[in-house]
Amino acid sequence: MANIQNLSRRGVIKGAAVASGLVLGFHLGFRHFPQAEAARTWPFQPNVYLAIDETGLVSIMAHRSEMGTGIKTDLPLIVADELEADWKRVKVVQAEGDARYGDQNTDGSRSTWQFYQAMREAGAAARQMLEAAAGKMWDVPPGECRAENGAVVHAVSGRQLSFGALVKVAASLRVPTSDSLRLKEPKAWRYIGRPMPIVDLKDIIRGKAIYGLDVALPGMKFASIERCPVYGGKVKSFDATDALKVAGVERVVEIPATPIPSGFKPLGGIAVIASNTWAAQQGRERLKIDWNEGPNAAHDSATYRAELEATALEPGRPVRSQGDVDTALATAARKVSADYFVPYLAHAPMEVPNAVAHWEANTCETWSPVQNPQGARTTVAQVLGIPEADVTINVTLLGGGFGRKSKPDYVAEAAFLSRAVGAPVKVTWTREDEIRHDYYHAITAQHLEAGLDRDGRATAWLHRTVFPPIPSTFLPDVVYGDAGHLQQGVVDMPYDISNVRCENGPAANHVRIGWYRSVYNIPHAFAVCSFADELAFAAGKDPVEYLRSLLGEPRKIDLKAMGVDYPNYGVDELLPAMSHAYQIDTGRLRGVLDLVAEKSGWGGKLPPRQGRGIAVHRSFLSYVAAVAHVEVGHEGEVTIPRIDLAVDCGLVVNPDRVRAQMEGAAIMGISNTLFSNITMKKGRTEQSNFTDYLVARTDITPDTRVHIVESSAPPGGVGEPGVPPMAPAICNAIHAATGKRIRALPVDPDQLKSA
Amino acid sequence: MPRISINGVQHDIDADPQMPLLWALRDILGLTGTKFGCGVGACGACTVHVDGAAVRSCMTTLADAHGHAVVTIEGLSPDGSHPLQRAWEDHTVPQCGFCQPGQIMQAASLLKQTPRPTDQQIVDAMVGNLCRCGTYMRIRQAIKSAAESV
Repeated sequence: MANIQNLSRRGVIKGAAVASGLVLGFHLGFRHFPQAEAARTWPFQPNVYLAIDETGLVSIMAHRSEMGTGIKTDLPLIVADELEADWKRVKVVQAEGDARYGDQNTDGSRSTWQFYQAMREAGAAARQMLEAAAGKMWDVPPGECRAENGAVVHAVSGRQLSFGALVKVAASLRVPTSDSLRLKEPKAWRYIGRPMPIVDLKDIIRGKAIYGLDVALPGMKFASIERCPVYGGKVKSFDATDALKVAGVERVVEIPATPIPSGFKPLGGIAVIASNTWAAQQGRERLKIDWNEGPNAAHDSATYRAELEATALEPGRPVRSQGDVDTALATAARKVSADYFVPYLAHAPMEVPNAVAHWEANTCETWSPVQNPQGARTTVAQVLGIPEADVTINVTLLGGGFGRKSKPDYVAEAAFLSRAVGAPVKVTWTREDEIRHDYYHAITAQHLEAGLDRDGRATAWLHRTVFPPIPSTFLPDVVYGDAGHLQQGVVDMPYDISNVRCENGPAANHVRIGWYRSVYNIPHAFAVCSFADELAFAAGKDPVEYLRSLLGEPRKIDLKAMGVDYPNYGVDELLPAMSHAYQIDTGRLRGVLDLVAEKSGWGGKLPPRQGRGIAVHRSFLSYVAAVAHVEVGHEGEVTIPRIDLAVDCGLVVNPDRVRAQMEGAAIMGISNTLFSNITMKKGRTEQSNFTDYLVARTDITPDTRVHIVESSAPPGGVGEPGVPPMAPAICNAIHAATGKRIRALPVDPDQLKSA
Repeated sequence: MPRISINGVQHDIDADPQMPLLWALRDILGLTGTKFGCGVGACGACTVHVDGAAVRSCMTTLADAHGHAVVTIEGLSPDGSHPLQRAWEDHTVPQCGFCQPGQIMQAASLLKQTPRPTDQQIVDAMVGNLCRCGTYMRIRQAIKSAAESV
């Protein structure tokens, strides 16, 4: 860290120097924005992440978004630990969207690993300044003063001063340089590594927590928007006469359609503005709109699936190549091949997209549940045609995100409407809007082939994947996946096989495609971990034994050295010095595999039509192995009595939240595997609500047991990595129970009826 | 004009009697602990009590609620100390937390009718309440420990 500015001394937060100092120079491509004047001057604010007042109250900024992972608690815990703060005297404050906090785009399961060091340094710098202040006040060497749980003590004399009594003097001191920081020894940690409740827990269970949906401003209007059922369509003409007759409806406003690909900008449509949500929805139902449906009006997901599957049978663009796959396949003692399919999925967070915006005096302030507040700021500024400095993005709690709320189209809708009507406006999507106009998880077709030698050992691996790429949501004519997505379960294939070729085939896009919890790892881990199980059976081996031999000797895999474009989840860009520590480690894959096999009772006998399935996968810098124990009824109904998940995510900040994320990943994995399915006909989404877009309910909930590997490796991701191994573990278990292979999701119970 | 007791206070609500109770609670009375999730009674996020029974406030009109006593999450206990709320804390149930008021209201109605529910009774009572974060296991554990604590 080059320099931590003492903001309390500077008085005003200004310029880019602060941001570049505090965030170690990584910005993920975001530009620096001109800084607003500091909203408030604290007695002691050594950096943007924390401030302490005269009462000793420590305010810690949560600059990442809270959507259920616990990050609003966990990053401040790291600061508090290094600061030696008393957690009971810490107030966590949600930061607005501003580049001075560094990257705020809460996705990619990277908040902890990206900011672990920065949080520690922010806390340590403040601690050292408080210790130095005490030394000055007592006229003793600062080295004799030690911060301890909200106070600084002088052991020799037994004197003690609370943080609050030290802030004035501390604020006059220089912020220590990065190389003079003394970080605590792990054995001295108070909070890191212990289960800690989230800061909003009490408010949540009392109904007092404020999500975007709960924000209200004086004079606020309520909007409901009818959008074209087909992506890329626009309004030809409309008649609002009947809508305007509904009591409470005040106005009808057209939002112009963004030409496709529409990126983060609004789809456009007709907004009904009313005095309450219900009236807006009632008015909207009475709109008469004639649409020009545009180029995607014929999109049909069944036809499209057949196209993707045909493409997967043709050679694609090679993205990883070692040895000679064609010869190895031709000369193999045995060849195995299989094709896998995963449909479109909708995010369906319990809180629908929504936003409140207030346009006033050529500036715009918004309150909304956003994963990427700086992205929202940019989008709102673009849509309104005003400087980003004139846009303020307040971040509320998110009622689930899962990637949906990293796209701020709904915030821009509210901003546009607030300017149009001259009052604060709240936009609330209906559930039908959310299901029908989502940024869907990519539909994916894959073809795999492997060659086995006489002993069943794999000698060749061919993997072809075809999916509409996420960048096609932002740029025209993109048909191939990028390195950031092909690293998710394709080129990072960790098995010890001499001849490997991974290919990516083209797919044109007809809907908005977006990040969905664990993204392309969902289809790819499903295919790769299912196929590994198919190979085990082809070889006549126990799947765990077979996976051990596929993983081979513990080793690090340097894909870059193999000529593969491999960003490793952003580590190489964000923490280049840590590149080596985060390389793919087959020893850690083996570790979680062995642990889950042991804990799950792998190999134990089960009654007929029950089975266990296993999958092990690395994603987002963490290693997760899953064993599913399933039972298949005679009508093909799948129940899941138990799931075991072993996770190695390196250093654990809050073990209770790691467990919670894994438990939740098991449920979302079950939704993806057994229930959820978005289909398109005539360009329209066929599903509408939780009545036909199905997600897991409490009745399918397994006894989920999470086994955390104790590790001192640098922290990895937690929010997403539990999801990818779930589908293959469940489907491998179905195979063990019934002998039937599931190669397309969601599982079709008709295929599993007993004869 | 619909007249409804909400958390023990009588309200005359100046709104379309066909308006779902959900939107009156949220937009007119500012009781935002009751959440909108689906609008069709398929997720349980909007669960409140009407005369002690759990109902979906998105499917209950103001006319339906007229003359009845509604309790929302804000009124479940004066200080958040209902045995279920304590159990929710002990089990650190919430992740995003959005569905949890509805879950707690549903569970409170279950425990009122069935103070010692079996596992199957818990599942049957809670199957209409979605949690996309997947906190179901802890919800079930919390209901069980709340039932055992009273």
